[in-house]
Amino acid sequence: VSRDPTRFALPARLLHWLMAALILAMLLIGAGMISTTTARYPELLAWHRPIGLAILILALIRLAVRVTHRPPPLPTDLPALQVAAAKGSHILLYAMMIAMPLIGWAMQSAGGYPITLRKGVVLFPILPHMITVYGMLRVVHGLLAYAFFLLILGHLGAALFHALIRRDGVFESMAK
Amino acid sequence: MPAPIKVIPRLALIAAILGVVALIFTYVGGWVSPRRISGGAVADVLQAANGKVYPGFRRAHAKGLCVSGRFDANGAGVALSRAALFPTGSTPVIGRASTGGGNPLATDGRNVFHALGLRFALPHGEEWRMAIDHTPIFIVSNPTDFVGLQQVSIPDPKSGKPDPARLTAFVGSHPETKAFLDYMKTAPLPSSFANGTYYSINAFRFVDAAGTSRFVRWQFEPEAPFAALDKATLDTLPENFLFDELLDRVKAGPIRWHMILVVANPGDRTDNATVRWTGPHRQIDAGTLVLDRATTEAAGNCRDYNYDPLVLPKGVAASDDPLLPARSAVYSASFRRRAAEGPKPDAISLERQKGDRM
Repeated sequence: VSRDPTRFALPARLLHWLMAALILAMLLIGAGMISTTTARYPELLAWHRPIGLAILILALIRLAVRVTHRPPPLPTDLPALQVAAAKGSHILLYAMMIAMPLIGWAMQSAGGYPITLRKGVVLFPILPHMITVYGMLRVVHGLLAYAFFLLILGHLGAALFHALIRRDGVFESMAK
Repeated sequence: MPAPIKVIPRLALIAAILGVVALIFTYVGGWVSPRRISGGAVADVLQAANGKVYPGFRRAHAKGLCVSGRFDANGAGVALSRAALFPTGSTPVIGRASTGGGNPLATDGRNVFHALGLRFALPHGEEWRMAIDHTPIFIVSNPTDFVGLQQVSIPDPKSGKPDPARLTAFVGSHPETKAFLDYMKTAPLPSSFANGTYYSINAFRFVDAAGTSRFVRWQFEPEAPFAALDKATLDTLPENFLFDELLDRVKAGPIRWHMILVVANPGDRTDNATVRWTGPHRQIDAGTLVLDRATTEAAGNCRDYNYDPLVLPKGVAASDDPLLPARSAVYSASFRRRAAEGPKPDAISLERQKGDRM
């Protein structure tokens, strides 16, 4: 199928914006839920698990789309350092999208918790009950969440830099 | 490329957009709301009131042992909830009997608040977890007061003891806390883990098969006849007498409680665990909790679960009681911390090791 080579394929664009909303919501839900002892805590926690699973599934689909659809080339005049930053940060973004839900799932499994997606629907565990493994993964999950947020801030900053300063079509390849 | 003169305002715009996103994140995360109480903040004040951190142990109810058995449902609970626990049949249970306080090596005579954590393993991976206490009322009605009470219980660095004037002031302005302390002082307390009634503390919302919602509290009433603790001789009792008694008692035969569901009357407070439901109530005996095994924490499989009262099956939901989400959040904070520290051997195992060496 022929398509505009300066833009991302339609499934890639749809997945990008859908997941952008879900991941941003997820980071806010995570930060919000551990900040409170009000009824918001169980409400946010109840959303955190199904959205996490949705992100994992969408990330795997997105990885397949990425492998099968060549993304538009970066501008030829982009400095080598920025090319490296672009490629490296995208590998990290993909790694985070897949690793964060998997770590969450694994840590809740190791913590001996039922992984409730909605009332009465419980996901199977992917690790045996081991509290020390829970303890370690829980720390990693929290630290990576902050790293993921900073990575997304950097991604947004770079996208805006392309859109407003360089005006080289990189932003439009995803946004249009 | 645009002229350099346009770059500065555009860079400023980018910085402003990133700043707003970061600000939203910090607001949602509570970093600009110092009055918001997190589960971690409550765990912090519990640690302060304990006088120190006991790594690897629960921040409250640190001393415990493992029990296990089953729940034999008689089918009557189906009238109130479609929870998989209630149709006639048997559900495996593990649990943890504990005393209050954050010191895992506390002597049982000083620590007369009993609790039971229970984990009912239902079909299809569902679970019902409970953290139930032997008092029908709780000491405070909301997390803010809980933090306030812990703050006045923090030992003074010089004397090693909390300032009694601050505690008196807190109790003076909180009649519900006074009512609880009076209860602990004057009511006959059970002499064993096995002969006391355990209460759900909070109200919960039960939903039946037709979708009808009712507020319910429940209690586990013992088959073993009640015997009162002699409060005058507490100091003379061996340090682990309560736990040793349970270990011995289970060896002689299973211990049983009846799960009594109590349906709220119109006007009953469902959002305040310091207020008892008085007068006649519709009560349903839903079945029997049978505990036939008790072991030390180190040997049992109960310590490493979090008895979060909001791990609930279909058919049971939280009420509007502000303590419930707080208990859930604080138990999780405590679980996170002790898991990262790694579990440590319990008092009874340590006592036995000491005995072995002698």
